[in-house]
Amino acid sequence: MTKLTRNKKPIRLGDIADHAILIIGGLVMLFPVYLALTTTSHDNITLSREGLKFWFGDQMAHNFYNAMFEKGGFSETIDGTSMLINSLILGLGFAAGKIVLSMAAAYAIVYFRLRFATFAFWIIFTTILLPLEVRILPSYEVVTGLGLANSYTGLIVPLLASATGTFFFRQFFLSVPEELVEAARIDGAGPVKFFIDILVPLSRTMIAAIFIIMFVYGWNQYLWPTLITTDEGLFTLVRGIKQITQSIYEGNQIPEYGQAWALAIIAMLPPVLIVIFFQSWFVKGLVESEK
Amino acid sequence: MATVSVTNLSKTYPNGAQAVHPATFDIADGELIVLVGPSGCGKSTLLRMVAGLEDISTGDLRIGDRVVNNVDPAERDIAMVFQNYALYPHMTVAKNMGYGLKNRGTSKEQIADKVAEAADMLSLTPLLDRRPSQLSGGQRQRVAMGRAIVRDPALFLFDEPLSNLDAKLRHQMRVEIRKLQRRLKVTAMYVTHDQVEAMTMADRIFVLNAGRIEQIGTPSEIYRTPASTFVASFMGAPPMNLLAGHAQGGTVQIGGVALPMAGADGAVLLGIRPEEVGVSSTGTVPFQLTLIEELGASRLLHGKVAGQDFVVNAPNDDMALSEGLMLDFPDGALHLFDAQTGKRL
Repeated sequence: MTKLTRNKKPIRLGDIADHAILIIGGLVMLFPVYLALTTTSHDNITLSREGLKFWFGDQMAHNFYNAMFEKGGFSETIDGTSMLINSLILGLGFAAGKIVLSMAAAYAIVYFRLRFATFAFWIIFTTILLPLEVRILPSYEVVTGLGLANSYTGLIVPLLASATGTFFFRQFFLSVPEELVEAARIDGAGPVKFFIDILVPLSRTMIAAIFIIMFVYGWNQYLWPTLITTDEGLFTLVRGIKQITQSIYEGNQIPEYGQAWALAIIAMLPPVLIVIFFQSWFVKGLVESEK
Repeated sequence: MATVSVTNLSKTYPNGAQAVHPATFDIADGELIVLVGPSGCGKSTLLRMVAGLEDISTGDLRIGDRVVNNVDPAERDIAMVFQNYALYPHMTVAKNMGYGLKNRGTSKEQIADKVAEAADMLSLTPLLDRRPSQLSGGQRQRVAMGRAIVRDPALFLFDEPLSNLDAKLRHQMRVEIRKLQRRLKVTAMYVTHDQVEAMTMADRIFVLNAGRIEQIGTPSEIYRTPASTFVASFMGAPPMNLLAGHAQGGTVQIGGVALPMAGADGAVLLGIRPEEVGVSSTGTVPFQLTLIEELGASRLLHGKVAGQDFVVNAPNDDMALSEGLMLDFPDGALHLFDAQTGKRL
C-alpha cells in the first residue's frame, strides 16, 4: 500500500508552467555563453563575413592560443596572459584590501568606545549613495595628482573604501557574544591579539562571502581602469577585449573577433570558478553563525 | 590563593543609576562565597568589578595584598567562568584551555602539561581535540572550568555558571565545583540567583537586594536568622510565611489570634517557615485550606490564616485533611520583623 502512495500526487498544470518558466529563463541566461563558445571556434574571416555562429567550428584552440600568447595592442607588448594577471591583481587586491579595511573599520566602530562611533558608522554607510561614478572626477584628480596614474596602487586603492563590507562586518561583530570578549580579556588578549586570534578566525566564513562578492566586483571594474591606466602593460581583461575589437573602427585590417570572444570567455571564468569553489562558504557566511 | 578585601566598593553608571551601593567585606583564603539575589540586584556587577570587566566608581578592591582597582583583568590573577561558557568556538578544547597561558608567554611544554593535568582532573582527556560545538552543555561547562584551573588563579569567579544546564546536570556540577574548589583550596566568588545553589555551595552567603548587601552569613545563619523580610522570603523554598500583625505588651495580634512574642510594640510582620509549622488538633491557629500540592515526601498546604495567604509544608502521612485545620507555631520558629523597614526585631 505504501508503495502506491508515492505516485499519488498528481502533476498539476501550475507545476508544469512554473518549471517551463524556470527552464526558459535558464536557457535565456545560458544562451549568450553558448553563443560565445561556438563563435570562438571560428576564424576571423568567417566571423567578419557571417557574424555570430550557432555551431562549433575548428578554430577554438587556435583562437585561445592567440588570445593568450600573441602580443598585440598598439605597443605589441600585451597578450591575454598579462591581461589576465593584471585582472587577477586587481580582483585579489581589491577584495583583500576591501576586507582588511572594512574589518578594521568595523572593529573600531564596534569594540572601541569612540566618540560618535555610531555617527561615524552612518557617515560611512551613506557613502553607499556615492559610488565611484559619482566621484570619478575628483578621484581621478587626486590619483593623478599623487602620481599614481598607470600603477597598480592607483588602480586599486581609490576603490577600497567599502561601506558594504564595513556594514556586514559590523553586523557580524555585534552578534559575537560579549562574554567572548571578556573571556579573552581575562585570558590576557589585548586588542590586537583578540582581533587576530579570535575575531578573524570567527569571521572566516564572513570573510569568504565578502571576498567572493568583492572579487567579482573588482574583476568586472571597467570604468576606473579605463580612466586610470593608459599604459597597455596595465590593461585588465575586461577592458582589453575592447582594445582588440577597436581595430574595427580604426582600419583596414580584419578585427580579431575570434580572439576577442576567447578573451571574453576567459574573463568569465575566474568569477565563475571562485563562486563554485566558495559556494558553501558563501552560503554559510551569509546565513549561518557558528557561535 | 588569596584573600579578597573590599572597602566601600560601589558602582554608579554614567546615567546616574547606582548599581552597587558602597559595600565592605572580606573573603578569607580558600573560602567560597555566594552572591545571591534576584535579577538586577547588582550581584553580577559586583563580581564584574572584582574581575575588572567593569570600572570601579568608588572604594578599594584588594586581592591578596595589592590594590587592584586599576589593574587589567589579565593581571589580577583571577579566572572567570561565564554563564554561556564563553569558549572560543574555533579552538579545540586543549587550545581553549591553554590560550590564557599562551598569552602569558608560557612555554609549549608547560602549557601541554597543565592542560593535561586539568583535563585529567575534570575527565576531559578524551575530548581535548574536539571543538566546543561538538560538546554537550555539561562538557562545555567543564572546559570552561578547566580554562580557569590551568591558570592557577588566586581567585575564581563564577557568573551563574550552571544556569544553562538542566536540573540533573546542575545538581551534579554543583557538587563537582564544590569538590574541586575544596581540593584546589582556591578562594572563590560565585554569583547565582538560585537560592538552592547558594545554600548548598557556600561557606558564606551574601544576599543582595537592589544594589545593597542585605545580609552576610553562613547558609544556616541566613536560614535561621534572616536579617530582613527580603532575606526571609528570598531564601528557602517555599518562602517564609509573613503575617501582618500588631505587637503590644509581649503579644502579637494577628486577626483574631494572639501569640506570645516579645519585641517592640507597633505594626510588625510575623515570619514562620512553612516546614516548621505543625498541623495538629491541639494547635492554636485556625487555618483555612484551599489547595494541596503533592511533593512526594511532603505536601504543601496552601490556604489562609486570619485572611492572609499562608503555606504549610506538612509530612505526607495520609492524614485526613479537611478545610478547617488547626496549626501549631513552635516558639523557637517565630521571627519578628518591623512592618515599615522590614528589618528583624
